[in-house]
Amino acid sequence: MNHDAYSDDYLRGILRRVRTIAIVGASENWNRPSYFAMKYLQTKGYRVIPVNPGASVPEILREKVYKSLAEIPDAIDMVDIFRRSEEAAAIVDAAIAKGAKVVWMQIGVRDDAAARKAEAAGLEVVMNRCPKIEYSRLCGELGWSGVNTGIISAKRRRL
Amino acid sequence: MADARKPAAPGFETLAVHAGASPDPATGARSTPIYQTTAYVFDDVDHAASLFNLQTYGYLYSRLTNPTVSVLEERVAALEGGRGAICVASGHAAQVLAFFTFMEPGDHFVAANKLYGGSITQFGRSFKKFGWEATLVDPDEPENFRRAITPRTKAIFVESLANPSGVVVDLERVARIAHDAGLLFIVDNTMASPYLCRPFEWGADLIVHSTTKFLSGHGNAMGGAVIDSGKVDWAKNPKFKSLTEPEPAYHGLRFYETFGDLAFTVHGHAVGLRDLGATMAPVNAFLTITGIETLALRMERHVANALAVARYLERHPAVAWVSHAGLASSPYHGLAKKYLPKGTGPVFTFGLKDGYDAGVKLVEGVNLFSHLANVGDTRSLILHPASTTHRQLTAEQQAAAGAGPEVVRLSIGIESVADLIADLDQALASAGH
Repeated sequence: MNHDAYSDDYLRGILRRVRTIAIVGASENWNRPSYFAMKYLQTKGYRVIPVNPGASVPEILREKVYKSLAEIPDAIDMVDIFRRSEEAAAIVDAAIAKGAKVVWMQIGVRDDAAARKAEAAGLEVVMNRCPKIEYSRLCGELGWSGVNTGIISAKRRRL
Repeated sequence: MADARKPAAPGFETLAVHAGASPDPATGARSTPIYQTTAYVFDDVDHAASLFNLQTYGYLYSRLTNPTVSVLEERVAALEGGRGAICVASGHAAQVLAFFTFMEPGDHFVAANKLYGGSITQFGRSFKKFGWEATLVDPDEPENFRRAITPRTKAIFVESLANPSGVVVDLERVARIAHDAGLLFIVDNTMASPYLCRPFEWGADLIVHSTTKFLSGHGNAMGGAVIDSGKVDWAKNPKFKSLTEPEPAYHGLRFYETFGDLAFTVHGHAVGLRDLGATMAPVNAFLTITGIETLALRMERHVANALAVARYLERHPAVAWVSHAGLASSPYHGLAKKYLPKGTGPVFTFGLKDGYDAGVKLVEGVNLFSHLANVGDTRSLILHPASTTHRQLTAEQQAAAGAGPEVVRLSIGIESVADLIADLDQALASAGH
């Protein structure tokens, strides 16, 4: 698996399959990037569960905040890591234990050894990307901001 | 598992027709609709808040973004190989917006002195009112840029192919000088167009365009564009605070941290267009989208016609010199082969042996060439810079810009080349008397 470049089909497949996403490092502060991503993914129909042991509020965007992945009672399809690369390995272990099908690391977050471990356990892995940006790129919304989405198609856009 | 390999990138001509323009999501309209609206309804208060907070994508007010304009932005970004683009009202507005993003009062940049005359005036006069200082240097010696750098310098600015003198800048060397000093390298690629020259591949950080010229191509729509390479590490250099420090008007949002390599593009709309207001009209975006589809076809013909006219002029007894980098006689021939391998631009100058008066007679004696101040039209255009576009400059500035009294500028169109040569031939014959 080449983690320097992902095909659109690979990313689209993940974003179409997953329904429940746990964001590790979700912030309660409305102008932080993780809050932007959580809010956007909610509007696209995903259930997003915030994980943050340091949160000072019980809920973020109407979802209960958990201290760890293991505490979440529901099944999780994807774990989105909003923490530094050094913390990724432990979160990947927890994602495998939780039965997640996908581990997604945010822009600037990458741990190739942890990725190999997740893939060996049957999970799909994306690193150094943002699911909000990729979703909006693939469905065309990112182009509304003048961004080059790289999508060339004579069909109507959808994810 | 899905194949994770990256498919081959589409070719230039495919991008020119398709990039940014999938069928209209609302109606399926295949041609890009002209969204002639100022504003867009909110779903509810929370949606409005998300838009104002930049938390979601969507249209709010056409001073910032408009669906027709954003198709053109993505098209231009794709053709230059950039991350994103901001389209604006004119090429001059593009320059203001590009510098506005990172310049503060008291800051400085170094620019080539061989530029479009209007840019020299803009940099030397109006930019001073913002407290931005420009030093102009001869780009033929790239070390001149390094020597002009001060502690307040933030960027180096050049035209890839200078208007009107046909000077080709050694982009790779100047890029290295800029990056060695931690500066941005900004290239105006208007005269070459992305079909002929690829500034990002030689190290440019930002590209600016007057889309009024070859991109639109038909002399009917004003516009400009700033394209971001997406490769600048804004956090690495404390000179570029506007993208890394909290933005008070967005409640302390930090653009680079929040938007990563989209930061410049988002800032250009959310702050640049919001406050400068130099918005591109949707109908001009539509005309430019239509024009840009044939960019490759037009440029091939423009280049072939221009080289034939330049060769004709080089042999004409009334002509002192021809400055066209496609001619073996040009000092820029070597640089042109490297940076403009598909041919040099259709805009070039030549000198008349009989000076200023012969220039005036020539522009008044042609019949097929249009005497006007523009370039990059399907129609062939002629201009005597010393009596028009460059008349506000001093004699020294005119000479430095390659626009002395004997100089005539041509922008060769896509007509039958024999007709263009015949028109020049009759006008040169009468200009000689």
